[in-house]
Amino acid sequence: MVSKINQKENFIKGIVKENPTFVLLLGMCPTLGVTTSAFNGFGMGVATLFVLVMSNIVVSLVKNQIPSKVRIPAFIIIIATFVTVVEMVLEAFVPFLYEQLGIFIPLIVVNCIILGRAEAFASKNDVFSSIIDAFGMGLGFVIALTILGATRELLGNGSVFDFKLTSENANTFIIFILPPGAFIALAYLTVIFNKLTSKITG
Amino acid sequence: MGKKKDTFFNMVISLLVITVVSGFLLGYVNDLTMAPKAKARLQKKVNALKIVLPKFDNNPVENVKRVKSEKVKDSIEIYTAYANKNKVGIAVTGSSEKGFNGLVKLMIGFKPNGDIQDIQILDQKETPGLGTKMTKEKFLKQFRGKNPSTYKLKVKKDGGDIDALTGATISSRAFAESVQIAYDEFVKTIDSI
Amino acid sequence: MEYIVILIAAVFVNNIVLSQFLGICPFLGVSNKVSTSIGMSGAVLFVMTIATIVTYLLYQYILVPAGLDYLKTISFILVIAALVQMVEIMLKKVSPPLYKALGVFLPLITTNCAVLGVAILALGLENGSLLKATFFAMANSLGFALALILFASIKEHLELANIPKGMKGVPINLLVAGLLSLAFLGFTGLV
Repeated sequence: MVSKINQKENFIKGIVKENPTFVLLLGMCPTLGVTTSAFNGFGMGVATLFVLVMSNIVVSLVKNQIPSKVRIPAFIIIIATFVTVVEMVLEAFVPFLYEQLGIFIPLIVVNCIILGRAEAFASKNDVFSSIIDAFGMGLGFVIALTILGATRELLGNGSVFDFKLTSENANTFIIFILPPGAFIALAYLTVIFNKLTSKITG
Repeated sequence: MGKKKDTFFNMVISLLVITVVSGFLLGYVNDLTMAPKAKARLQKKVNALKIVLPKFDNNPVENVKRVKSEKVKDSIEIYTAYANKNKVGIAVTGSSEKGFNGLVKLMIGFKPNGDIQDIQILDQKETPGLGTKMTKEKFLKQFRGKNPSTYKLKVKKDGGDIDALTGATISSRAFAESVQIAYDEFVKTIDSI
Repeated sequence: MEYIVILIAAVFVNNIVLSQFLGICPFLGVSNKVSTSIGMSGAVLFVMTIATIVTYLLYQYILVPAGLDYLKTISFILVIAALVQMVEIMLKKVSPPLYKALGVFLPLITTNCAVLGVAILALGLENGSLLKATFFAMANSLGFALALILFASIKEHLELANIPKGMKGVPINLLVAGLLSLAFLGFTGLV
């Protein structure tokens, strides 16, 4: 198979034009659920990135061996396998993050980004393009989650990555760390993101 | 290479192969991470013990005593620390299910006279930024050096001596209850050890 | 008494969508009309309850005794996917009217993380039993229904409102969801 894909564009699209969070609105559950701090958002993003890259690799390798009627269950098994691997590794080596992310780790399985990329991209393209695609999309997700987490942490707790920017007793908008703040912060970030990208892309 | 046909045989075989491979892979990774997982859990306990107890030279984890109690789901663990064969402190775990999101589990270190040496949080799922501030120095320091026989382990709203966390009275109550459970157990066992 | 607490906690205090962030995709996606959101809620109630019963039994009587509890995620998602297919086929045969009402929503449920989430959360219930897990799943699907239907009815009104250009579409929906979630925060401390 000759790749006609412009790899640079393939990579960039996940970060800007097809950003999974701000544009495609995929994977909303972890996006809203774990981003109470910049570190949690970043951790979740990286865990998802890993699963996304691995599942894209495997799916694009075995795509011709799987009859199309059973491809969805097959993809789900592949994804669930890597999610479980991530779950075990986090519990063993980063127990702190494992506790913070809690139920959202097994739920990476049903993150629509991953199944979506497997179905829409990896099952139709070669391994190399699929890896690039996964990295682009995954990084877009990491960036979005980190920004959202940092915003909520800053407004709600006066810190970013646990680095205190306000005085210890300063009054912060606690609401941004609570559930409603997730929706509200994401709403305004989406507006800003749309504004910026429409300027860049004209 | 053409796409595999949708025959029943192909479908079953391909799913079977994927499932078997993934099953073996997971089993393998599970074996690999088993030891580090157990180590991580143990390490957390050891670290907590080092903080809540005065300097000790025995291995309290070896002689842990587990007590069943109606008040907690698992059992209360009691660790005794010795230095030069003298009992220098006892660490007791206490937990409460009444936190904002359920379980709050603590390790509380007592001096032999019942004064609280220090407290470490083993487990909590409280609201980040509110209830989780129980891990912060500002909240913890009001317990240090206090003796629960005279220091009322209840938040001020309920007539006790504890300043509740701002916006997290429920978490603070669960915290206080956990310390009380641990203290009650401490009083019961202090003479027998 | 304990069951009333579970019900109130699941529907109001810890609403699965508005405070636990599970099932956000259908919440944002299938909420343009009140009628479709009722259909979706019905399908979720059905699948979530059955899925939790099956996964609970699978976990307690097969995975745990065999020491394979690390296969929890993978086996649960397979059970849910298979179950959705089976429910679809059975409904088609047994009750065509019900199939007509719920049919289009069923495939979407496989990737509804609320179903997998509740199945996993039900394992961690205090003094768990099959009955309690089943009740927990039903209570949570009612919470899902409440959030979804409320949101859909607000969105129907929103269509007529004059909204700033930059806020149209996704941002205003998220803001509405945020305000709803804020309202639900008022139930804190109820149980």
